[in-house]
Amino acid sequence: MLRYIHGRDLPAYRKLRDTMFADRARQFHARLGWDVAVNERGEERDQYDDLDPLYVIWEMPDGSHGGSMRFLPTTGRTMAAEHFLHLSQGRRISSPLIWECTRFCISERAGADVSAALMLGGAEVGLGFGLSHALGVFDARMVRIYRRLGWPPMVLGSEGQGHDRTSLGLWTFGRSVRERLLLRAGISDEISRQWFMRAFGHLELVRAAG
Amino acid sequence: MQSRLETIIDCMTQASSLDDLQEEILKLRNLFEVEHLVYHSVSNSGEQYAVLTYRPEWVSHYIASKYERIDPVVLGCYKRFHPVDWKRLDWKPKAARAFLGEAIENGVGRQGFSVPIRGPQGQFALFTVNHNCDDESWERHTGEFVRDMILAAHYINQKALELEGAVADAPVRPMSPRETDVLTLLALGYSRAQAADSLSISEHTLRAYLESARNKLGALNTTHAVARALTQGLLVL
Repeated sequence: MLRYIHGRDLPAYRKLRDTMFADRARQFHARLGWDVAVNERGEERDQYDDLDPLYVIWEMPDGSHGGSMRFLPTTGRTMAAEHFLHLSQGRRISSPLIWECTRFCISERAGADVSAALMLGGAEVGLGFGLSHALGVFDARMVRIYRRLGWPPMVLGSEGQGHDRTSLGLWTFGRSVRERLLLRAGISDEISRQWFMRAFGHLELVRAAG
Repeated sequence: MQSRLETIIDCMTQASSLDDLQEEILKLRNLFEVEHLVYHSVSNSGEQYAVLTYRPEWVSHYIASKYERIDPVVLGCYKRFHPVDWKRLDWKPKAARAFLGEAIENGVGRQGFSVPIRGPQGQFALFTVNHNCDDESWERHTGEFVRDMILAAHYINQKALELEGAVADAPVRPMSPRETDVLTLLALGYSRAQAADSLSISEHTLRAYLESARNKLGALNTTHAVARALTQGLLVL
């Protein structure tokens, strides 16, 4: 199931949290060889995790991490501005309607549909909060995945060649993308809505004062 | 006719003091077609500033009673960054229900929508529209207005910080009114054809405006130009 959890609320989901940071170490450090810090517990965390981001996490039936990504508003600090500014020709992208999405991670234990489910979570965030775009940095291997899922980003700039190619892109939020991802992920409209509402809404609305 | 976004920008441009902001939010209240509007900022050092349309008696009572400690809007939105419909907040605690009852007696509407903003250096602000209507109408209303509310929230915050001397103006290459029109419509989700139609110009002409705006903004393509323009809208104020 999809979980939407703010950084400050992660302690309430220990297994999910710990397996997420461990899976991130496996993916970004061990498998992709990125220059990321892995702590003594074998977890990959960075300074942006300290900014109380919003995580979209696919939770496996046993309560562990199946995949995740991390959102922060571009009106604040972003990796695009602080590490990849050259990919946007030195121009900072900052808008209340654009959030940055980073650390797109899929667990080795996860099934094939998880990337679609995660992207669906991203689409729900955009639609649910009235956003126009997501901003993100991605590597060559992701291009195929985004295309296959029917939600390729608009590329703003790239560097490197072949497998080492890194790009900065914008994803446009929209209803049709959500429909497509629901189909790809094999998740019904109602269920996805329910997951989102569970995270951001107290469904039992109490009407005080009459 | 002016788009809502343009009106918001105009309103904010006209404010040259914090007192002016109070005037401008009255205009925004009409623009958003709601009964009340609140902008509340808390700096890193705890200094507070607010412009709002609630009854003064309610505001002083709220402050004197330290209601920020039980107000679900404050508790639910503090330091977050996603917009929140009041229905999604936790009104279950007894104190929260009593508080809501009192608020309603004092003219606060039952429906609310708040946009939290994380500003620079730990500053935090909350922009709220408040109204009285049934749930269905409110859902339609917020659905229609959500993007403009988010933008208004950030524009007001930017303006308030600017007036307090917290941020410096950044130099921008001014765009022509037509260029602004084109980008505004595209930002609102219009297709090129729809945008051209709305402005009574050909798509060819629209592309020329777009290209020139893109150049001025140093943007790589249309989406990037829209993103840049939104950003600079914040700075142009």
